[in-house]
Amino acid sequence: MVHYPHRHLLGIKGLTPPDIELLLDRADEAVKISRQREKKTTTLRGLTQINLFFEASTRTQSSFELAGKRLGADVMNMSVGNSSVKKGETLIDTAMTLNAMRPDVLVVRHSSAGAVALLAQKVSCSVINAGDGAHEHPTQALLDALTIRRIKGRLSGITVAICGDVLHSRVARSNILLLNTMGARVRVIAPATLLPSGIADMSVEVFRSMEEGLKGADVVMMLRLQRERMAGSFVPSVREYFHYYGLDADKLKHAKPDALVMHPGPMNRGVEIASDIADGPQSVIEQQVEMGVAVRMAVMETLLVSANQGERA
Amino acid sequence: MSGTTVLTNARIIDPSRSLDEIGTIVIRDSKIAAAGRDALNQGTPEGADVVDCNGLLAVPGLVDARVFTGEPGAEHRETIQSASRAAAAGGIAAFIMMPDTDPVIDDIALVEFVQKTARDKADVLVYPAAALTRGLKGEEMTEFGLLREAGAVCFTNGRKGIHDSQVLRRAMTYAREFDAVVALETRDRHLGANGVMNEGLYASWLGLSGVPKEAELLPLERDLRLAALTKTRYHAAEISVPESAEAIRTARKRGAKVTAGITINHLTLNENDIGEYRTFFKMSPPLRTEDDRKGMVQALADGTIDIIVSSHDPQDVDTKRLPFADAADGAVGLETMLSAALRLHHSGEVPLMRLIDALSTRPAQIFGLDAGTLKVGASAHVTLIDLDEPWLVSKDRLLSRSKNTPFEDSRFSGRAVATYVRGRRVFALDRSAG
Repeated sequence: MVHYPHRHLLGIKGLTPPDIELLLDRADEAVKISRQREKKTTTLRGLTQINLFFEASTRTQSSFELAGKRLGADVMNMSVGNSSVKKGETLIDTAMTLNAMRPDVLVVRHSSAGAVALLAQKVSCSVINAGDGAHEHPTQALLDALTIRRIKGRLSGITVAICGDVLHSRVARSNILLLNTMGARVRVIAPATLLPSGIADMSVEVFRSMEEGLKGADVVMMLRLQRERMAGSFVPSVREYFHYYGLDADKLKHAKPDALVMHPGPMNRGVEIASDIADGPQSVIEQQVEMGVAVRMAVMETLLVSANQGERA
Repeated sequence: MSGTTVLTNARIIDPSRSLDEIGTIVIRDSKIAAAGRDALNQGTPEGADVVDCNGLLAVPGLVDARVFTGEPGAEHRETIQSASRAAAAGGIAAFIMMPDTDPVIDDIALVEFVQKTARDKADVLVYPAAALTRGLKGEEMTEFGLLREAGAVCFTNGRKGIHDSQVLRRAMTYAREFDAVVALETRDRHLGANGVMNEGLYASWLGLSGVPKEAELLPLERDLRLAALTKTRYHAAEISVPESAEAIRTARKRGAKVTAGITINHLTLNENDIGEYRTFFKMSPPLRTEDDRKGMVQALADGTIDIIVSSHDPQDVDTKRLPFADAADGAVGLETMLSAALRLHHSGEVPLMRLIDALSTRPAQIFGLDAGTLKVGASAHVTLIDLDEPWLVSKDRLLSRSKNTPFEDSRFSGRAVATYVRGRRVFALDRSAG
């Protein structure tokens, strides 16, 4: 078995091209399993997976749950309200409590950047980051990469345009890291108020207009814009945002004719993406969901099998 | 304390006299009786306690103008007594205590409480700073006259700035009547309000909100204008970017009576030290870039920045072992300030005379403290320093009740080996303990 040197998946940062290739190759295998009638395997039989979500997310949580169950693990979901004033105390206390239950893998989402890494220091099992603040969301970037690779056949040399709220997006950060690591060309398109400081030094090309930025793109990756950020604080209005940055048929024409349209979900139809595009022939949004389960199966299998080998060694 | 102590064979640096020579310090009845090459002209006094310094550096006891304690209100983090022990171990003979306690030091009874506690329990001199506004709320000015008479050495809003320009103008105008120093940290209330580290590429990769330089600079420039308008003595308590130093230079050229301080952290650390969300490096103002740090070292060397402070801010596990954005700002620094500052001497960036000036003489002058000089007749505060003493910092050995040091596992060359306050030795390094 090929060696995978990491115990946790806290981010794309720190992964090498062979690490990523390995995860994507295994995810391809997992897709086959998921498409069989009999979907359940015994790879993780007897192991315990706990999904610890400090921030609500139906989609990501159920994707991880399904992945664990298809691998034969016992899966427990824990949703911890994020309204508690002392979030941090809850984090460390919960980590210690859960650790005492001896899980084999913790899947964690938290609203604070770095919170998952902090938790990983306190527990003795593998930890998977299911999104920490505006920092990283590594399994999302992996599933996006898998979706692209399966359709385009490769990642290197592909031009990907990431559009929208890059400032607050962990999906954007993980994707920029992964795509650059794999030799793709990354562009970002957003109003300046939604771009992080120093974006030009993140190995991306920055565009302020969709027409320019989409020219020749192989992939158009839309980001979600939260409603509370559209009422004058970051952009003046939904109407103005959609006019300049919403993906509609006119704007999409500037990308390559076979360009893929992606979205990490949940979508705001009519805000960042027009309904007919989201449901149109270039959209691979549903495939992304399917690839999500496969990638999460691959990640858990890789981390847990390596971890067990480590114990034996 | 009566009696005579003689410190021989010391390299004496006294910035108040621009003196740097090998000589002797004679301390009699807690005052400096003589200090310099010719101090022993009349021979060693009879019955004196003679200490051979063997070439150690002897300087006026260090003065730290910005120290937070937890007394009253958060004694589990730091008491005045525990802070004073940490100070003595860091070669600090006197410090100014910030009013950010619970309750806030905004009333003469509380100033008197700090003084009494210090008199009874502290090993070093503790000078209270009083709140500029009641409850540090930035709304109503405190009783500057009565507070000053009670012993408050300056007026500050502690960790909080003053956002209302009208309130600040009136407070400054009124403070001038009492020749009181107004010392403020500047941070815009809105710009970078959610920021938790320096704005820039590094914060962006970490997914953390940034604090731009302008969040410090905008209120600073306003304060400097108001200081010129009101002719008040204004002290910019913690500046962190070269643009702020430039603003200080410009204000001085216009004739404003302004001084500036910087924390030892901003002179010796930068934003990269945060690494993967290390909360002991979270502070306000945030650690800036390496270029900023270098610019600030230059501004210290050329005197634009007057003084170095520890900004000692004890925090515990409850407030630091949290996700980065949720963790409290602040770092302890009383014990490590001198050793960290000596890095700037060893690197050749700041002359020793200027460094000691910034750590002792200058803060004593700005705040009118009985310290910072070895002139004959002055109170005998002396710090003996071994410039090459190796020190590997271990937080478990710090005397402060809180262990949030950004210098854990740092290697220093140079350390205080003894501290004298009013002629009494309050600290001696136990070299076997490390």
